[in-house]
Amino acid sequence: MDHGLHGAPPVTPEESTHGDAPQARPPRRQFSWTWAGLAPFFLFAFLFLVLPSISIFIRSFESSDGGFTFQNIVDIFAKRDIRNAYRMSLEVSVVTALGGAFFGFLLAYAVCLGGLPKWARSFLLSFSGVASNFAGVPLAFAFVATMGNAGLVTRMLESLLNIDIHAGGFTIYSFWGLSIVYMYFQFPLMVLIMAPALDGLRREWREACENLGGTSYHYWKHIALPILLPTLLGTAILLFGNAFGAYATAYAFTGSFLNLVTIVIGAQIQGDVLYNPGLGNALALGMIVIMSLCMLGYIWLQRRAARWTR
Amino acid sequence: MKRFHVWSWFWFLLGLLYFFLPLFSTLEFSLRMIKGRYTLEAYRQAFADPRFYQSFGYSLLWSVVTIVVSLLLVVPTAYWVHLRLPKARPFVEFVTLMPFVVPAVVLVFGLVRLYGRPPLALTTTPAVLIVGYVVLSLPYMYRAVDAGLRAVDIRTLTEAAQSLGANWLTVLKDVVFPNIRVALLSGIFLTFAIVMGEFTFAALLGWPAFGPYIEEIGSMRAYTPQAVSVMSFGITWISIAVIQWVGRGAPGQAQVPTAR
Repeated sequence: MDHGLHGAPPVTPEESTHGDAPQARPPRRQFSWTWAGLAPFFLFAFLFLVLPSISIFIRSFESSDGGFTFQNIVDIFAKRDIRNAYRMSLEVSVVTALGGAFFGFLLAYAVCLGGLPKWARSFLLSFSGVASNFAGVPLAFAFVATMGNAGLVTRMLESLLNIDIHAGGFTIYSFWGLSIVYMYFQFPLMVLIMAPALDGLRREWREACENLGGTSYHYWKHIALPILLPTLLGTAILLFGNAFGAYATAYAFTGSFLNLVTIVIGAQIQGDVLYNPGLGNALALGMIVIMSLCMLGYIWLQRRAARWTR
Repeated sequence: MKRFHVWSWFWFLLGLLYFFLPLFSTLEFSLRMIKGRYTLEAYRQAFADPRFYQSFGYSLLWSVVTIVVSLLLVVPTAYWVHLRLPKARPFVEFVTLMPFVVPAVVLVFGLVRLYGRPPLALTTTPAVLIVGYVVLSLPYMYRAVDAGLRAVDIRTLTEAAQSLGANWLTVLKDVVFPNIRVALLSGIFLTFAIVMGEFTFAALLGWPAFGPYIEEIGSMRAYTPQAVSVMSFGITWISIAVIQWVGRGAPGQAQVPTAR
């Protein structure tokens, strides 16, 4: 997959015709006018992406009476409800990112290198493209119909194996239930990103390894895994962020029952449930900080991965 | 080697099970409204609700406006970057990745706090909603258009058209657009799929749309929400199918997730 972040700008004719050939186009001097062509785009981004983020940042340090304070930032760590919301969000994201990465990798491996027929590969990739876009309210209801009280799987387990999955106090409207739902859009994304990376493993590398007397174990330990590792980790980070920012799916699935950061922010928008606007902003700021770290990690790993895919 | 194949099949079938079981369950569930037999009663009820059409219509409207604004914003920008400002590419790409850094719910929060009160009370108009949707569509739209422009030598084409006397409008309309038609279609349908099922922006900004409607009937009725969910899945499925169909053989479109 080409995320293009690493693409060096192509050499333009202006730059390459410094020789004695007559210049077809004289170098432009109106530098500012060229950049003006991008003004609408950057203005849009500034007004509706950058400015809201800056406003969240500034207001995170505002006390109820409008003065400057660090109290909101301190409260994120000090208040138990908020700490728990962050913990819950982080846990769901880590579990589904690792689970999605693991399952997605095995699936991608199975269809790319596992000796399955060609149609299996195109089939899985097509459906991963669709499934990674299934999210939100309908997905939540799909899982209610699957493993809810009257769901298909619940009924089948009951009638065929006489197992009542809800007997032991288990409810799907919980941490693990939500994780199962999130996995639905997590692992297809992993498949979509891993499949091209696995295709990028050249046959020659394996042959070179075998010629030097290496076994399959050596090949994976010293060649394939190091090459794939940046992609694997980068995608895991992507999946983490994917789950961390999710709101619609969680809201439709559990209502405001599960205490996730996004759910608390959603409630804070509709009314000041925290009784402190500054704290709401600090909560949102925390999300931006965590997501920024994810993005930086992802971009860095993506660059490392690109060394081998070019 | 044989042992390998067994495991490959095992994971592959498990993947298919994970993928299809919830879809099949939703369909089966939606048909069980009347005890003891399978009927389309849930669908009949869904179609009998005037608010179904109303919210669906609103979502259609939002998606059309979003697509138009997104195209107007992205296509000239991507074209300009390819033609004149390759060195601006990292900055533009950084912006298109920002929706990932600012999740939908956080963006609504920021937008409401910023534009929700005078002097810029934009939340009384659908402007903020459309803006949010355009932001959501940005990564998809930009990537699609960028991939399309990459695939053809847009610079030479532009110069050829200009030396034949075409003005900018003609260049865009008769040269650029036809050449990146496939890329545009994939951006358009992906945006369509996203907006038609979107919940976060519409619900938190209080505008009628299909996503909040499904959620709302979910808390009031059984079976009908699943029937509507099946239809919603159908929209996504058809949109992606169209993208994969028109894009056969075209360079793969990268997916960057937003707004769950």
